[in-house]
Amino acid sequence: MARWIFRRAITPIMKMLRFKEKLYKWIFTILAFASLFFLIGIVLVLVKEGLPIFQKVSFTKFIFGRFWYPTYNPAEFGILPLILASIWVTLGAVAVCVPLGVGSALYLNELAGPCQKAMLKPIIELLASIPSVVFGFFGMVILTPFLQKIFHLPTGLTALNASIILGVMATPTVCSIAEDALNYVPNAFREASFAVGATRWQTLIQVVIPAAGSGISTAIILGMSRAIGETMTVLMVAGGAAVMPHTFLEPVRPMTAAIAAEMGEAPMGGNHYHALFAIALVLFVITFLFNIIAEIVSRRFRIKLGLSG
Amino acid sequence: MKKEFSQNLGFFSLFLCMAATLLVLGSIIYFITVRGFGVLSWNFFTQVPYSAMTKGGIAPVIVGTFYITLGAIIFALPLGLACAIYLCEYSPKSIMANIIRISINNLAGVPSVVFGLFGLAVFVKFFGFGVSILSGSLTLGILALPMIISSAQEALVAVPQSIREASLSLGATKWETIKNIVLPTALPGILTGVILSIGRVAGETAPILFTAAAFYTRGYPKSIFSEVMALPYHIYALMTEGAHPDKQRAIAYGCSLVLLFLVLFISGFAIFLRQRKRSLHG
Repeated sequence: MARWIFRRAITPIMKMLRFKEKLYKWIFTILAFASLFFLIGIVLVLVKEGLPIFQKVSFTKFIFGRFWYPTYNPAEFGILPLILASIWVTLGAVAVCVPLGVGSALYLNELAGPCQKAMLKPIIELLASIPSVVFGFFGMVILTPFLQKIFHLPTGLTALNASIILGVMATPTVCSIAEDALNYVPNAFREASFAVGATRWQTLIQVVIPAAGSGISTAIILGMSRAIGETMTVLMVAGGAAVMPHTFLEPVRPMTAAIAAEMGEAPMGGNHYHALFAIALVLFVITFLFNIIAEIVSRRFRIKLGLSG
Repeated sequence: MKKEFSQNLGFFSLFLCMAATLLVLGSIIYFITVRGFGVLSWNFFTQVPYSAMTKGGIAPVIVGTFYITLGAIIFALPLGLACAIYLCEYSPKSIMANIIRISINNLAGVPSVVFGLFGLAVFVKFFGFGVSILSGSLTLGILALPMIISSAQEALVAVPQSIREASLSLGATKWETIKNIVLPTALPGILTGVILSIGRVAGETAPILFTAAAFYTRGYPKSIFSEVMALPYHIYALMTEGAHPDKQRAIAYGCSLVLLFLVLFISGFAIFLRQRKRSLHG
């Protein structure tokens, strides 16, 4: 009797349950691949829409060409000025955000008391959420006239302006990540240094910073990756002249600004359209490399400090 | 003596870095608040723009931002949550999980304008949604996905293993445990992450440049297939387009102030919630 009940009633319920469990697991597995799916989708779209331009100009001429005249006849598609502009602006931003961001992180970690820290950390995080378009707006209305006046420039929309705004913008991000890295340095390191008679400053310079070095590097690389991919601020304050940059006091047109500014006017499916997608592909590859490097460096950092991967 | 001097000098310079960071970012908020405050009025929030964008309010712009953000979260939340559940509950250490983790990290690093191009090629053109709320929401949703996944993961990991085991030992299946025990416990943390990403999505401009935003639409958006005005794009457009730059600038100040405080308020709320939770749970 009992066996009969088991076979006729309970077994089907168990089977049903097991099926349901499997079904849910499959649903979650499939949905979990969404990120990979979108990432591959982005690459495919960029390749499909970007590659046709290389039937028009050779790859080397595209990357190293010094003239970007996409709307002229005949058109020139050399993106070296755009790449250089991106690099210049990013390096300028690094010059601003590394001292500010890493300095602030060191201050937070080593000098701020618990109360100050509890207050400053959320504030820094909050400042990281300010939208980029607001930074761009600030650059346009406040910093531009200011720079124009002190350097006597024809226009204040320059690489310098973009560097400053981007650097300020990346500072909270760099600060947060660097602070996390400093937190991971075991206190035993510091205590050992104090025990042999080092001052707090010597400990900081010779023990803590080298121990957190690759963590801080990760912060800087991620800050750079954010700066090179940033669009709205450079679109608004970099000035937009697609010429080879000579000084920081001239307008430039970084890659992101070129895409954002010109996509609206580029005829769908034309050479200009494909060229802009090819620029996006170059940009994607650059930020991809940055992220991979950051990943490798931060993994090394964790292994060095004996933290699990 | 010399040691002490260099220490003081070093510590002072670190203090200066911190002070400079706060000062610069604070002055951005200060300038926009002071100059934008005069523009704010009841009409600014309730009227539609008129006279070639030089008069009237920004009501449709705020509504547009709301729709796009809401759409993005509706799209990204279920996907992100499912992904986090898979990574934390079903398969935390497999090769597949590692591949997914790497792709999430890389997706988070993709420049926002590239998302815009992807949205343009796929949603606007390929699926034929046109420049619309739907295209913009989907594009922004993909951008928000990594953020939602990582905060949901953080919330799920924080659920103590012991209560999972207690549920399993009572005969609950894996799915029942997740549904009845893990998710309700992790809910506050997940919501905090969602609020944070709302703040971020509401301020994004580059992805909606070609997928959703228009400088001017007549009145309020009518369906998910209509173009919208959105706050972040509106600021950009007021500064770079249109026929009356001087008169538009005042409105741009007002928009910046509204967007800035909207985002700061949303993010501040989320950060406050998280901070309180952390201090409650040690």
